[in-house]
Amino acid sequence: MSERLAEGSASFHTDEQVPAATAAPGLRAEEPESRVRPGPPLWLLLELTYRCPLHCVFCYNPTDFATTGPELGTDDWIRVLREARALGAVQLGLSGGEPLARDDLETIVAEAHTLGFYINLITSGIGLTEARIAALKQAGLDHIQLSFQDSSRELNDFLSSTRTFELKSKVAALIRKYDYPMVLNVVLHRLNIDHVGEILELAEQMGAQYVELANTQYYGWAWLNRDRLLPSREQLRRAEETLERFRAKVGQKMKIFFVVPDYFETRPKACMNGLGSVFLTVTPDGTALPCHAARMLPGLILPNVRATSVKAVWYDSPGFNHFRGDAWMKEPCRSCPEKTKDFGGCRCQAYLLTGDAANADPVCDLSPHHHLVTEAVATAARTIAAGASKPRVEEQVLVFRDHRLSIPVTVAPAKS
Amino acid sequence: MSAVSAETKPVVGRGFRLQWEPAQEAHVLLYPEGMVKLNSSAAAILSRCDGIRTVADIVTDIESAYGVTGLSPDVAAFVALAQEKGWLEIRG
Repeated sequence: MSERLAEGSASFHTDEQVPAATAAPGLRAEEPESRVRPGPPLWLLLELTYRCPLHCVFCYNPTDFATTGPELGTDDWIRVLREARALGAVQLGLSGGEPLARDDLETIVAEAHTLGFYINLITSGIGLTEARIAALKQAGLDHIQLSFQDSSRELNDFLSSTRTFELKSKVAALIRKYDYPMVLNVVLHRLNIDHVGEILELAEQMGAQYVELANTQYYGWAWLNRDRLLPSREQLRRAEETLERFRAKVGQKMKIFFVVPDYFETRPKACMNGLGSVFLTVTPDGTALPCHAARMLPGLILPNVRATSVKAVWYDSPGFNHFRGDAWMKEPCRSCPEKTKDFGGCRCQAYLLTGDAANADPVCDLSPHHHLVTEAVATAARTIAAGASKPRVEEQVLVFRDHRLSIPVTVAPAKS
Repeated sequence: MSAVSAETKPVVGRGFRLQWEPAQEAHVLLYPEGMVKLNSSAAAILSRCDGIRTVADIVTDIESAYGVTGLSPDVAAFVALAQEKGWLEIRG
């Protein structure tokens, strides 16, 4: 699953406006939208299923996904597509879990295409046979984002707890054959960030047009494994240097998105461009979320599309209205001039680290809880210096995503 | 930014799709996991980039549609920018 989606702000390039200088006389670029009345849910993410053949240690899916209700049926998904499109949704992500685990994926894609969505399939590639890619092309699928765990077979297979590297390479060949843009996603963390050079070389060999190097965001299974996945600042610096050298070499032919690891920042990401402003996620059981990790937030009353129209979900539900505007904010965000830029950062990160979703994201160095982030980084550096960072990590210290486990969300309460 | 010849025949890039969005009252250019909301001049140019018309044809067409003249440098500059961003490709 795309960490770029998880990160939100990096994924949706609405900021890329046409410079006014290139406009013909009398025509000008758009004004930014008002934040008072929400605009349409431009980005619709359907998590079609939590089923997935992989067991990735950095998966953002909830760690108790095994206890959620039954998946929506084809008709429900189609109704959601129609209602969301009527509101103005235009980018569609089909994700999961592994969306190819649904045998009605082609039906869903065909309907979405008829409605005018731009359809992104976000997949591990497992289950993407030639027959299915041909059917998906026929149905109108626009784009396939293929995830790799690493450039080497050994680490790819270890991190996803499967043997999938060869299979993914075959899928990449199919993506080329069916004339899709080649878009690769690799989630970065302590165990593979030193391989950024090799990962980029592999991407170039595969003819990638877009590569997303997404530093792990610590939610779901990644949160459980944070202290084994967080890289050191030194690792990050080396990776960024390698990236810059590679960018200079390949130029425009490959676009590389580097999703910043926010634990190393001093200002938070503008998560989801503010909750309830652009993104609408529907989970396998029909629960609608303003961000795909929001199910963990206590007290947030989340609507379900089985009982509530998408319009009512987006405009009227308490779950989507709660974090709109700034009435929910506490200090230091409330009086901060940057609140309109980053919206206080990530609510889920605030909750996981401080126990209160309304606090400032502790990534911000104005947060009284910022030390929780710097301490985690310092601990990572110490662990790595002590030599425990090599990819031969014993399996028992990493928790692999598994439907046989159900792990409640645990919060690291603030000490102050 | 490369110079754009008047005889160039640009076409919307692979993986990109231009469409009108009533909810945004704008043309948008859609691409993998992203969207550019276009102002109307950008939309006027991009919607004419079909791989058949030359840049010179596009200029003539827009000038007559909007009743203005002298758009050639603006169109060339936009095509160069759009090419750099991958929105437009030059084929053949």
